[in-house]
Amino acid sequence: MNSVRKGLSPKWLVFYAVAYMVFLYAPVILLPMFAFNDATIISFPLTGFTTQWFDVLWKTEALHGAVRNSLVVGVTSAVLSTILGACAARAAARYRFPAKRGIMSFIMLPLVLPEIIVAVALLVLLIQLGMPLSLATVVLGHVLICTPFAIAILNSAFQGLDQSLEEASYDLGESRWGTFRRVVLPLVMPGIVSSLLITFTISLDEFIIAFFLTGTEVTLPVYIWSQLRFPAKLPSVMALGTILLTLSVLLLILAEWFRRRSARKQGIEASATGGFA
Amino acid sequence: MATPSPKPIIDLTGITKNFGSFQALKGIDATIYEGEFFSLLGPSGCGKTTLLRMIAGFETPTDGSIVIAGQDMEGVPANRRPTNMVFQSYAIFPHLSVAENVGYGLKTRKMPKAEITREVEQSLKMVDLGGLGDRAAHELSGGQRQRVALARALVMKPKVVLLDEPLSALDKKLRDQMQVELRQLQQKLGITFILVTHDQEEALTMSDRIAVMFEGRIAQLASPEELYRRPVDKRVASFIGVMNFLDAKASGRMNGHLALDIPALGSIELPTAQIPEGMDIQNLDSIGIRPEMLTILFDGSEPTEQVARGQVTGTAYYGDMTYYSVRLPGHTADVTISMRNTAGRSIVPPGSEVPVGWGADSIVLFQ
Repeated sequence: MNSVRKGLSPKWLVFYAVAYMVFLYAPVILLPMFAFNDATIISFPLTGFTTQWFDVLWKTEALHGAVRNSLVVGVTSAVLSTILGACAARAAARYRFPAKRGIMSFIMLPLVLPEIIVAVALLVLLIQLGMPLSLATVVLGHVLICTPFAIAILNSAFQGLDQSLEEASYDLGESRWGTFRRVVLPLVMPGIVSSLLITFTISLDEFIIAFFLTGTEVTLPVYIWSQLRFPAKLPSVMALGTILLTLSVLLLILAEWFRRRSARKQGIEASATGGFA
Repeated sequence: MATPSPKPIIDLTGITKNFGSFQALKGIDATIYEGEFFSLLGPSGCGKTTLLRMIAGFETPTDGSIVIAGQDMEGVPANRRPTNMVFQSYAIFPHLSVAENVGYGLKTRKMPKAEITREVEQSLKMVDLGGLGDRAAHELSGGQRQRVALARALVMKPKVVLLDEPLSALDKKLRDQMQVELRQLQQKLGITFILVTHDQEEALTMSDRIAVMFEGRIAQLASPEELYRRPVDKRVASFIGVMNFLDAKASGRMNGHLALDIPALGSIELPTAQIPEGMDIQNLDSIGIRPEMLTILFDGSEPTEQVARGQVTGTAYYGDMTYYSVRLPGHTADVTISMRNTAGRSIVPPGSEVPVGWGADSIVLFQ
């Protein structure tokens, strides 16, 4: 501690922190700025306020299809990866089996694997198998990359579950299934909700895998990318980006709120139940 | 103290348990009677918790049988056994209220709601938590959580209540109070309680009978008084209370008496009735005597049967008692003598030569 204080004065640390935040969030702030700017060219100075780019979005049929596709893929991927994640987290917390650590790190691997590699590998595999590309194949890819996140979130939820609670439930005459329903599920629910919200968010804005594995039906990020070729469409892409940004932030806040609320209800330190945000 | 009724409720026969190459239980035979307060006492790792969890149905014996209320428990899962457990961590369901916790088991029995409410309230009153049913589990203090766990087990009206170190998380004062309450509750209800504990004082004050366990075996199964007065070996003797061990040799046996040579105390004769059953006196190598069975003789003290001389080497003052370390001639270690601090009796300073009184009937023979 002391050597850090000597090396860097608090003033410089504050400057560094501010600079870091600006670097991180300034580009994000540009998005809503140009979304409401009354000009087709993305440059300063701003010329005036308009909501016409949002009207354009409203009238674009292809966009609506992309949104629908993204929602279908997002919800399906979130549910599947959360179920898989719950099973893995439960197994990791409760059972002893050979090569457990190896298996667990193997499942977590997609977290650090470059997505482009995963995407290309999956594409080659699907073509070899003769499987037609569709939204289903996108879901497959998204489940693969979402599951490690789900496990990371659910791990802390299951790990924090005192085994004697389950034993107490059996001891009081409850069955295995009844114990799961009445004790385990309510206690890991906050973890499940945050896992669903976060995996949904990941799937919603995932581009590379969706780009490689989708057939004729595109997801939202792929649609946005296709629109970037037309400079005139750029402001409406900005508007779309603004909507997505707002939604993502809202979802993350919701996830965190859920987690803290139930942690408070159970009187546990919010940090102890584990969370992502 | 209630005399245990002779009707057996649990029969343990030849129970062993292996965890891999480690044998946690090495053949346990015991009968526990109806309405009895039974304790499994031993240091950590002696297998007492494993045995309790076996009775509850959380572990299966490698070999041997458990019979509860006349029914062999082999293949009977925990949720169909007539036992209920109070867990060491209490295992209060954190997402349920106090009343929901206590009524949890009744709900699995599909009991009507109104009846559950009544039973829960009754059971909470029994543990002095009447009116607290609406409290959230996390609003409770440690002592209250312990009571909820107890109420949750008792409301099931089990044949046997299993308690896994239930008082270890409480502070000393609360623990002492709960010991008394638990004992009174057990006697009032007449249900069999089986307590696992490593605290010998707890076991002594609460139990009808105690099984002292070491390394997966029952070393001695007896009443608290019997355990304290007649421990079967040195290990039990030093685990229960404080015991002074002194070298001794049997020098002969004549007309109903055993002649003993105790270098530190002198030679005495003991009635042979005092020799523990099955002991070969040739192997006798030491005697034990409790601190309160040795007395420092003050002026005006009642005379004792035997007197030795010793030198005080240290004192420890406990308010009501003073513990003296006394060096006896011919003995390498100090013995501990406890004296009640009665009116007008001052503490003997270290270095003083004192007469030490004792009686032959208070010594225990060990081999």
